[in-house]
Amino acid sequence: MAPARPTDPRVAAGVIALAAITLLIGGALAGLLVEGAHDFSGAWAAFDAYLLRVVRFTLWQASLSTLLSVVPALFVARALSRHPRFLGRGSILRLFAVPLALPAIVAALGILALYGRAGYFAGLFSTIGGQGWPGIYGLSGILVAHVFFNLPLATRLFLEALQTIPADQWRLASQLGMAAPPAFRLIEWPTLRAALPGVAGLVFMLCITSFTIVLTLGGGPAATTLEVGIYQALRFDFDPARAVALTMLQIAVTFIVVLALTRLGANVVGDTNLPVAPRRYLSVNGTEAVFNAGLIMLALLFVVGPMAATVAAGLGADLGRLAGEATVRQATFTSAVLAFLSALLSVMLSLALTMARRALALSRRAGARTLLEHATDTGAGFVLVVPPIVIGAGWFLLLRHAGDVFAIAPVMVVTVNAVMAMPFALRAVRPAYDAASERHERLCAQLGISGWARLRLVDWPSLRRPLATAFAFAMALSLGDLGVIALFGSDSVQTLPYLLLARMGSYRTADAAGLALLLGLVCLALVLAADWLGREKARNV
Amino acid sequence: MSDGAMGRRGVPVRLDKVSFSYGEVQLAFDVQFAAAEITAIMGPSGSGKSTLLNLVAGFETPGSGHVLIGGADVSAAPPAARPVSMVFQENNLFAHLCVEQNVGLGRSPSLRLTEADRADIAGALARTGLAGKENRLPRELSGGERQRVALARVLVRDRPVLLLDEPFASLGPALRDDMLDLVAAVHDERRMTVLFVTHQPEDARRIGRNVVFLDNGTVAATGTADDFFAGAGPDAFRRYIGAGAGNAVSRDIARKRT
Repeated sequence: MAPARPTDPRVAAGVIALAAITLLIGGALAGLLVEGAHDFSGAWAAFDAYLLRVVRFTLWQASLSTLLSVVPALFVARALSRHPRFLGRGSILRLFAVPLALPAIVAALGILALYGRAGYFAGLFSTIGGQGWPGIYGLSGILVAHVFFNLPLATRLFLEALQTIPADQWRLASQLGMAAPPAFRLIEWPTLRAALPGVAGLVFMLCITSFTIVLTLGGGPAATTLEVGIYQALRFDFDPARAVALTMLQIAVTFIVVLALTRLGANVVGDTNLPVAPRRYLSVNGTEAVFNAGLIMLALLFVVGPMAATVAAGLGADLGRLAGEATVRQATFTSAVLAFLSALLSVMLSLALTMARRALALSRRAGARTLLEHATDTGAGFVLVVPPIVIGAGWFLLLRHAGDVFAIAPVMVVTVNAVMAMPFALRAVRPAYDAASERHERLCAQLGISGWARLRLVDWPSLRRPLATAFAFAMALSLGDLGVIALFGSDSVQTLPYLLLARMGSYRTADAAGLALLLGLVCLALVLAADWLGREKARNV
Repeated sequence: MSDGAMGRRGVPVRLDKVSFSYGEVQLAFDVQFAAAEITAIMGPSGSGKSTLLNLVAGFETPGSGHVLIGGADVSAAPPAARPVSMVFQENNLFAHLCVEQNVGLGRSPSLRLTEADRADIAGALARTGLAGKENRLPRELSGGERQRVALARVLVRDRPVLLLDEPFASLGPALRDDMLDLVAAVHDERRMTVLFVTHQPEDARRIGRNVVFLDNGTVAATGTADDFFAGAGPDAFRRYIGAGAGNAVSRDIARKRT
């Protein structure tokens, strides 16, 4: 006999969340299909030489960026792991986490402020080169920006991998008198090689879907990726057929990459954990120590440079006048409200999926997982295949017949950014919820604690901190995002990144630098808060 | 609620041709537990002891057959609706709630407590030797004290059946004896039906009146503790507790990892 159990409200919440995500992505795909069917020959004709060039450049810049980020990161991570304790090591690792928090547009401005035609290094480079420094635009700019973001990320991931090497192996190595080269070959390299496909895949994925960097630093049709191509087709050329073709290609490319990554067992969401150094038993000789120190110093300078330039250029702006400007105030307010709502939605969706997944797993016991449980488990992963610009483009095409596309900007920004932040929010919420459920599930069932009482007495106290972490991180992501708003933004709805882009476009560089400093600091504060909240884990019995 | 010295007397617990399976493992129980007595449930790891308790508590539902408590078929009832309290090996308390709140949940799952409830809670805490620790958090208590809090909650819940799933397995020998004596004393006052899963023969001898011995997912033998430990138990039981049963029984046979 099948006992009648009351339906778990947690499952219902998960179904609602899944339906909302499906609506968002499905609506976008519907928009693309309708447009493609409406003008099939146009969409087909859009597959021309230009498109081919765009695809080639997208893959080429992503490959180069990956190579330039990952290979140096291997050695920087090794250098850091060889010296588990030196003054400032913790600070360096914390600095390496900052690019993850920094909005891409802020980093792009920092890089321009440093290496641009009028940047701090322009004079030096002109002297060395013997002619006027053209500034880094195009491929070189894109590569520098991508390495700025991904070298520190890859370094941290490799370092994490290196720290999983058991201390006993190091004890053994030092007892056997193993020098650095054999230690690398026999101990470090096998671990790094195991982590390599995952890390390289993650970086490749991030570079292939990078929009803001290419938009702001690409500077021309020669250096355009699929995502920027979609944006230009919709905002400038108004060529829906081309947009459809580009979008379909983007989905195909990301789908293939994600598929390959899952095969490799890669983790497609960047991590914010700070690795702690375990006790090590190894001796490093003088030459190697100098080499390592030099390597770490170079990486540090490369990462700190654009940040310092952002601060210096920002302080050079007329911050007082900016703060008084009505447009700036309006954009700040809009950004804050939209990011708040987006973070709230993101956390609610993530919690709903987490609770439903857990409830379904608990009621299943043995046997195969149902389709629904699968969906609650990996549902958020679909957003990786369908980047924000693609969702935005789909809805843009769908709604342009229905009236003023720009009027729905706030809804698009809130929903798309909420879904985009879900992989990160889920990583904060799910382990905490599952662990709490592990401890409390039987007790709650036994004592009859359910529904609202359970949320108030049991779940909220144990999830408060992870939820706050997820919220702060989602808010930082949404606040700094220049994806959907680039498509839907207008004079009536501007966020800070959108305003920043506008000021850059009209060559008001000082204004842009001031806004970048403001935006960067707010996002950094939010991510630091997220990190701090996540670190103080609730102690359990 | 007839609280107080008499409490609610225990009722019989019966598993009527209950079958249960998870994965490849098949379990079949057909057994009756005497009302108002302490029955020790023993058996090798994987013999189904915890599953049997989970079936009675409602955490697992039988594939076929019926779970009867006091004659009523509760097979389909959710855990909270059964006249049963259970104490687990660990995680009996909510880490973020204080002792008084953890006990109070036994009276109201939404922690809406009347003055009378609070008086009962204070009484239960005093009875289990926790007076003065009302506002402590679980992490500020020792392992033994945490299990005392769980017993205090059993007292305020006042259900006629108590299930103990190796609740004292991670305590030291002297502390465990104290806790067993507390269970025996509480049982003397309330006369609830107690099902007590344990790996320790001396636990069973100390407070158990009956023994149900499980082997391979089914009930291999039942009888009084006296008979079992006098050597009248089945061969499997003698092999389980080891050679020279009754005299030099090792404390650590097949001790579940905690």
